[in-house]
Amino acid sequence: MKHEEILHRCFRCGYCKLPSNYTDINCPAYQAFRFETYSPGGRMWLLRAWLNNEISNSRRFSEIMFSCATCGNCVEQCAFPNFKDLLLEAFAAGKEAFLDAGQVPAPVRDYLTKVQLHGNPYGKPGKKRPEWAADLDIPVYSDQDHLFFVDDVGAFDTRGQEIARSVAKMLQQAGISFGIGSGEEVSDGNDVHEMGETPLFEELAGKNIEAFNQKGVQKIITLSPHSLHAIKNYYPALGGNYQTAHYTQILAFSLGSLKFQSNGNNQRITFHDPCYLGRRNWDYQSPRMLLKALPDVHVLEMDRNQKNAFCCGGGGGNFFTDLLSAEADSPGRVRVREAAQTGAEILAVACPLCAGMLEDAVKVESLEGRLQVREITEIMAEYL
Amino acid sequence: MTEVIKRLKAIVGDRFVSAEPEERYLYSMDQGTMPPAEPDMVVMPGSTEEVSEIMRLANEYQVPVVPMGGGLVLSGLTRALKGGMILDMKRMNRITEVNPKSRYAVVEGGTSQGMLQAYLKKHHPELKHSMPDAPPIATLAGNVCIHGSGHLSVLGGFHSDMLTGMEVVLPTGEIVRTGSCSVSADWFGKAPLPDLSGLFMGWSGTTGIVTRLGIKLFPNYRHNDLLIFVTEDPRDMPDVIARLTSTQVAEDMTPWMTPKPEWARGFMHINIAYGAHSKEELTFKRNLLQISVKDYIDNKSGGFLPMPPPQKGRFMQLPSPDLARFADVRKGGGFEYVGAIMAIEHFPEAYQAGVRIAEKHDVSYSMGARIVGAGHAMMFFYAYAFNRADPEDMARAQHALEETNSAALDMGGIPWKAELPAQQKIIEKMAPETFALMNRIRHTLDPNHIMNPGNWERA
Ligand SMILES: Cc1cc2nc3c(=O)[nH]c(=O)nc-3n(C[C@H](O)[C@H](O)[C@H](O)COP(=O)(O)OP(=O)(O)OC[C@H]3O[C@@H](n4cnc5c(N)ncnc54)[C@H](O)[C@@H]3O)c2cc1C
Ligand code: SF4
Ligand code: SF4
Repeated sequence: MKHEEILHRCFRCGYCKLPSNYTDINCPAYQAFRFETYSPGGRMWLLRAWLNNEISNSRRFSEIMFSCATCGNCVEQCAFPNFKDLLLEAFAAGKEAFLDAGQVPAPVRDYLTKVQLHGNPYGKPGKKRPEWAADLDIPVYSDQDHLFFVDDVGAFDTRGQEIARSVAKMLQQAGISFGIGSGEEVSDGNDVHEMGETPLFEELAGKNIEAFNQKGVQKIITLSPHSLHAIKNYYPALGGNYQTAHYTQILAFSLGSLKFQSNGNNQRITFHDPCYLGRRNWDYQSPRMLLKALPDVHVLEMDRNQKNAFCCGGGGGNFFTDLLSAEADSPGRVRVREAAQTGAEILAVACPLCAGMLEDAVKVESLEGRLQVREITEIMAEYL
Repeated sequence: MTEVIKRLKAIVGDRFVSAEPEERYLYSMDQGTMPPAEPDMVVMPGSTEEVSEIMRLANEYQVPVVPMGGGLVLSGLTRALKGGMILDMKRMNRITEVNPKSRYAVVEGGTSQGMLQAYLKKHHPELKHSMPDAPPIATLAGNVCIHGSGHLSVLGGFHSDMLTGMEVVLPTGEIVRTGSCSVSADWFGKAPLPDLSGLFMGWSGTTGIVTRLGIKLFPNYRHNDLLIFVTEDPRDMPDVIARLTSTQVAEDMTPWMTPKPEWARGFMHINIAYGAHSKEELTFKRNLLQISVKDYIDNKSGGFLPMPPPQKGRFMQLPSPDLARFADVRKGGGFEYVGAIMAIEHFPEAYQAGVRIAEKHDVSYSMGARIVGAGHAMMFFYAYAFNRADPEDMARAQHALEETNSAALDMGGIPWKAELPAQQKIIEKMAPETFALMNRIRHTLDPNHIMNPGNWERA
């Protein structure tokens, strides 16, 4: 297994369970299940035990492995600089070994099968991908400055589509020149990659790279931070080199073109950092710049923010596979309770997956009257 | 066992009981050198009442119970030596009270050191508690139960001295309180009552399960500083420590000796942490500390190490991850230490014994101490790193640890949080009447002998 040489170096000290300010448990899988086995150190020791034939690759073991939300808190907090950067790669290699051994949780298998068959986990034909934009006046990419790449959730999930439309309108408002895909593109493959399904990831990335290159795409704006991560960090090794940015980054640069007016609401807003924009790609400021540019808005921070942000539980494919659902201890529920504690009335998000996870959590926690989950451009639109 | 598991699930909920191979494997061992011992199940209670029900059930079926907090003790004390269940207490992590005027906090038995630190920083920035250098997920209860020590130990002694009261579930399931909280709504201290808290400390989880405890808080200063005094002669150390502690200024004093980096080899360093409300007060305190060892500076046998602020900041981090990082010295994720509580005058021989043993066993070592109280005792530690993937390396560390335990006992010290073999050595040295009394008390508390069995028993 790749990176097996670091497994025994984990001291199981547990720095990785917490944020740097130690406020609360910050590994979503460990928060949900609480057994040491679900903590990052537990994963390291179990993988080593498996390679040493001390335990077998059971169904539960595979659930432990695939429940990792790939949020990167462990990489951020591990006390050991000499190998911490490899933790997530080791976990992905472990998952790959489980896939090779045919031992994966049923929801993971179903997710991967659908992506394999249809190019997306919704089982929809590719030509339906651009339908989210049907009622908008957006061109299919030809010679515009940017391709606006919308992930599976933005393309096929009802709420995701709303967010994609809102973002597209704001990009138009900011005068950004962009077009969208015409349906040849497929899933960005990020979560497939994080699940360790390397051949499928390469197939997906290959299709996208071919589609992008045929159209001469050079700059990409992504809706989802997950797409940002894959295209920016994994595609270059496969020959896909683009200038890639998340939509909040493009809008932060274009703030000068957006004129906001007070709407008298004096809203209290707290922002939930998406792991794949924040911890995995180190941008904590772009979304905050957008919120802080709005007149009379009070941006309140949760105890766990920026590099210490607590994941919504949707990463690593868990948005689709739901392996982290754990009653009151589910990461999304924990996170919306934390957001409500700040006194904010709006929980702002910048990722369609976070939106889905946290909106569900607000309902289950019966917080609807107190806390609304809104995507950032939806909030911005009210100030134009 | 199937029936026990079913009933445990009824008590704590299905999600918080596991008899699966993954949990049984992982909870069978800690990070130290002790061999694995597998539990039959792992249970995570959420309340005192649940713990009480679990204990009644465990008595009914005579199932051993091993309480565990962070599981970071390193000496194998949370292994299920006779099978049974491990109670992972970390779900019980609420901070139920902070009394800012009488300066104490009341926390549940699974509350971590890190979480209390964060809570105080946010809600009571004028207060702090004494942090051990253990990783921050270590629990207050686990640490108090082993007589731990930390960053305010010069000021307040062992962490068990900072205990102000406990709620404990006895092995038979009764819920008892010790200290003022057994009489009053306030958790201010153990006096003037008979100190029953002692029944649960130093016994390695063999006498009860701590479900709540009160712990003293101290002023959190706005200005903090660190001095490092260096001398080459270990024989000077007892006097240097006596002089520095006599100023009653330091919060924490930790001597350290290490062969690496090269510039540190052969020198005794003492980190002295102190704080003040104002800059003037800080300067005054620094002067007191410096004057106390002036003779050594004048005769050039000692001095203060100049230190750039970033390095100072690193030394002042609470807890310091540098200690955990020692586990990577052999690129192998392991270290364990003998921490021997002993009188301070034994410092020179303790140091020399450490160098001798490390060289004999060819192990990577680091030595140090934490001064406890105003020079009333010290915890002298000998840490040995090993490569977990190399059984021979691990065995070398284990032999070094065993020999160190014997050496510490020969010096009149007592191994702290002692592993099983060290417990045997202590029992051999202990006055027989004392050991007999321990056994009588234990039998009264735990008639079915189900609490962490195997520990504190004659082999
Ligand atoms: C890098 C490193 C640095 C360290 N530095 C320090 C230091 O500076 N000072 C220090 O004191 N220690 C130190 N330690 C030792 C140890 O990790 C700590 O003392 C730690 O606080 C132990 O707490 P825990 O929650 O991990 O206890 P555990 O290891 O879980 O348990 C310790 C003992 O207490 C019992 N126990 C645990 N919880 C309960 C409970 N609720 N009721 C009854 N019994 C219970 C267990 O059965 C066991 O016998 C260090 C360890 C490491 C790895
Ligand atoms: S992953 Fe790093 S921080 Fe986490 S337990 Fe292992 S060594 Fe410690
Ligand atoms: S990536 Fe996140 S969920 Fe996965 S082990 Fe690390 S901290 Fe836990």
